Amino acid sequence: MLHIKCPHCGLRSQNEFSYGGDATVKRPALNKEISNQEWDNFVYLRKSPRGKHLELWQHISGCRQWIKIERDTLTHEIFKTLKGNEEL
Amino acid sequence: MSESFRLKQGGLINRNKKISFKFNGKKYFGYEGDTLASALIANGVHLVGRSFKYHRPRGFFGAGVDEPYAIVQMNRNNEVDPNVRATEQELFEGLEAKSVNCWPNVDFDIGAINNFLNKFFPAGFYYKTFMWPKSFWYKFYEPIIRKAAGFGAASIKRDKERYEHKYEYCDLLIAGSGPSGLASAYAAAQNGAKVILAEDKSRFGGSLLTSEVTIGNQSGKEWSEKIISELKSMPNVTVKNRSQVFGYYDHNMLVMSERVSDHLPRTEKYIPKQRLWYIRAKQVIISSGSIERPLVFGNNDVPGVMLSSAAKEYLKVYGVLVGKKPIIFTNNDSGYETAIEFKKNGVDPIILDTRKEANSEIIKEAKELNINIKFSYVVAAAKGYKKVNSANIAKISDDKKSITNIENIKCDCICVSGFWTPTIHLASQSGNKTKFNEEIDAFIPSQSKQKETTLGAANGVFTLEETLNSSFKKGSELSKEITNKENKVSVPTVVEKKSSNHDKFWCVPLPEGKNYKRFLDFQNDVTVSDIQLALREGYRSIEHVKRYTTLGMATDQGRTSNLNGLQLVSDIENKVVPQVGHTTFRPPYSPVSIGAIVGREIGKHSKPTRKSPMHYWHEKNNAVFVDAGVWLRPRYYKQGNENLFEASKREAKNVRQNVGVCDVTTLGKIDIKGPDAAELLNRVYTNAWLKLPVGKARYGVMLREDGIVMDDGTTTRISENHYHMTTTTAQAANVLSHLEYYLQLVWPELNVNVVSSTEQWAGAAIAGPKSREVLQKLFPDLDVSSEGLPFMGYIEGNLFGINAKIFRISFSGELAYEINVESDNGNFMWEKIMDIGKEFNIQPYGTEALSTLRIEMGHVAGSELDGRTIPYDNSLEGLVSKKKDFIGKRSLSKSAYLEEDRQKVVGVVPLDKKTSIPEGSYIVKDAKAKLPNPKLGHVSASCWSVEYDNPFSLAIIKDGKNMIGQKLFAMSPLKNKTIPVEIVSSHYVDPKGERVRS
Repeated sequence: MLHIKCPHCGLRSQNEFSYGGDATVKRPALNKEISNQEWDNFVYLRKSPRGKHLELWQHISGCRQWIKIERDTLTHEIFKTLKGNEEL
Repeated sequence: MSESFRLKQGGLINRNKKISFKFNGKKYFGYEGDTLASALIANGVHLVGRSFKYHRPRGFFGAGVDEPYAIVQMNRNNEVDPNVRATEQELFEGLEAKSVNCWPNVDFDIGAINNFLNKFFPAGFYYKTFMWPKSFWYKFYEPIIRKAAGFGAASIKRDKERYEHKYEYCDLLIAGSGPSGLASAYAAAQNGAKVILAEDKSRFGGSLLTSEVTIGNQSGKEWSEKIISELKSMPNVTVKNRSQVFGYYDHNMLVMSERVSDHLPRTEKYIPKQRLWYIRAKQVIISSGSIERPLVFGNNDVPGVMLSSAAKEYLKVYGVLVGKKPIIFTNNDSGYETAIEFKKNGVDPIILDTRKEANSEIIKEAKELNINIKFSYVVAAAKGYKKVNSANIAKISDDKKSITNIENIKCDCICVSGFWTPTIHLASQSGNKTKFNEEIDAFIPSQSKQKETTLGAANGVFTLEETLNSSFKKGSELSKEITNKENKVSVPTVVEKKSSNHDKFWCVPLPEGKNYKRFLDFQNDVTVSDIQLALREGYRSIEHVKRYTTLGMATDQGRTSNLNGLQLVSDIENKVVPQVGHTTFRPPYSPVSIGAIVGREIGKHSKPTRKSPMHYWHEKNNAVFVDAGVWLRPRYYKQGNENLFEASKREAKNVRQNVGVCDVTTLGKIDIKGPDAAELLNRVYTNAWLKLPVGKARYGVMLREDGIVMDDGTTTRISENHYHMTTTTAQAANVLSHLEYYLQLVWPELNVNVVSSTEQWAGAAIAGPKSREVLQKLFPDLDVSSEGLPFMGYIEGNLFGINAKIFRISFSGELAYEINVESDNGNFMWEKIMDIGKEFNIQPYGTEALSTLRIEMGHVAGSELDGRTIPYDNSLEGLVSKKKDFIGKRSLSKSAYLEEDRQKVVGVVPLDKKTSIPEGSYIVKDAKAKLPNPKLGHVSASCWSVEYDNPFSLAIIKDGKNMIGQKLFAMSPLKNKTIPVEIVSSHYVDPKGERVRS
């Protein structure tokens, strides 16, 4: 079980969090004309890297904030945790 | 039977407390402090079970967790406990156990015929034999194999024992209380670190209990007792026996199982049988010691052949002789220690040493005791069936390739020692890439992966002095880093006998013309020839060899077989062991009860139960409840002998004719506040929200980004910047997370706050043509006329002194209102409604009637919004704004979503107007078509229409719009039903929606 340092609450057990996928995906702006390809990339296509991965988690049983975690998908090592509005 | 193998004195057992127990129905005696194994051996019982494949007799091989054979079925507290190691089960008064994997009994086992058919059971036998004909597998092969294989039998009853979970944090977790565990715990404790010291066995001290050493001026055992009692008195130290750290998981999370009451006759009330500890440690010390390695020779599985360390433990800890005419077969000095122990207790052993010569203090002592030592000697084969009675011993050539001078000598046990294997399981589980140590022919941990340090024998250090020195040092260093304190402890002087080098020889060649079975894996019956065959057949990777032959896959995880197996593979392949590598160690180190893993999360404790404030009213009024997510909701209110069908029909009919009331507290509610609240709703819902006036509700549908409907519900504008959103019961938590996701990450510029208010409001839906009259009487001061409170209107009122929110919204399709009051007032509101509604024939209705009402109205709900449908499929296109953008809108222009013949929700009526259509039925054109019959769609929800008094269903079918009026079939292969049906509009009742606006 992972030990996640919530940037708002501190070190907490993984079972307080829920996973939210790739944090590098940016939603296209509203009302913007975009191609099918671009939209599909946003909705469906995700990389599945072996190694470092910046991902979203929500501290659902804590502060309910969405946070970013840089984690190694192979070893589960967590390099960094960030607030939702922070960049690496 | 008398205890003829128990010594007159000695051992750590309590000779003042005699204990009686039963094994295979027969009564025996032992002492407090015995294990089932030691007590049986004291009684001369060596036959405890039958082996996995050949059903050969099995006895005792080890004295603890290393035991591969002695697995028994326990009966305790009227509960069975399968697959318990007799070497780990402590004796208690009235213990009952029996053998496993034998029929009719352990003495006469029919399955033993496999032993004589062994030519037909080579490695991979099952893979090779039962492949064809394919149809035989389920009916014939599998049931027979299932019956023949496996050990204990699990109970089919619910386990009444109590298991618990505990979460703990510490600075230093130490697994194993041998010399390294004790020394490091002591040093760390002196520095003020929070220490947990875990010991698998009931007694602390590990090897110190059986070794002849002096620490300071005390014996090893006395020293360990002193350290333990000191540690126990320290507030920063937790010392736990009968507790095995079995798993090393991510981020220094370790799991330990504590056998709280397994050693007692019964579990006391409120005391668990076992407790699982989830421990998050800052540093971990693995001091798990080592396990003796067997030597491999002919028939080395006969009961009476056992590890020499086990024989020593039975002698020194339990005062039990494993035999009175022992052969000690060894390739190192450890065997001598056992021999000396026998000799001291009046038994004459013979030592067969594979080495040509060796000299050390221990060997010198053995010689001085006049022990018969034969160098360059081996056991070629053990003789005897249910117990060893003699051994063919032989001289081995200097190159160890051939044996000569075979002679038979009488014996009643053969104690083997093939040197030591460090227990590296926990280190390996932590991710540590192990390395091979040539000097000890075994793997030891390498670079730490997490915060783990392996010390002592587990790290391949076999001298006490070095172990204590390094452990005191490490314990002090690691704790100092955490506590910033350093209280120096002086390392005591150690007196121990020095050993000579061990012999790398481990597998005795077969005598000419003999074909003895030489076992590697004693629990899974894997022999040397099985591995040889697997390699001849082309298996190379050790992982493949393992799975093909099942080497090391038994419940002992190959503790005694792994290294010998690797050695054999590397010998045949002409490789060195590190090139072959070892298979992956995975948790648990040793089997863990499912009960302990589940803990208290069982039955109604497996999830929280949420009850509405009106729950007890429902209970008193004969409600039959149903699980709705985590909520309990009334499904129907039983009157007299009514069944579900009759009751729900009565309740639904009463709503259509008079008025009914339904508890809708469980609906998800989200409070939304802020100047940008309308903008948020406008982006989240598919329809337009910017112009919703204060005091008005609106129905909305929200999508996922892929265009699939996520949820629906009404949202009401309470005031300028304040909205009250409702969600379905099931999706409440997801919708809140969804809103938070967009507000926090995607559109942080929106000035809005959202918070769940589900539990803050109790809700009652009053529905039916007479609902307005009920409402008027509840709120006599309010104008509740169609003009005063129009459809989708919202007002606030005073309900006999309490504040109420009144929404004119409808799920039933009837004129309906929902009243919300603060939760604490829920029951008051409900009782008022029932009281005032009496004159209008009000009746409560449950979820079954609620479903009936919405289905015949064609209102889509969870069964249609099933995560696979888009708004058009549900005929919700009127709600999809063309003008503005919203979540998921871009996906709706995907070509697949725009196809003319897309699926649609339609109504389905059976032609006979009698037969109910099972939910999940397929809709097909031709009931007699060749299989697979192309399906047009499926029935999503079924009810008995109270309006027309016939069955009615909703279905999602291809090209649904153009199917209306067609005669098709609903097929349920599961219920073996084929029902001719007509497709109709999904709005079966009041298609124009006049009633809700009345």
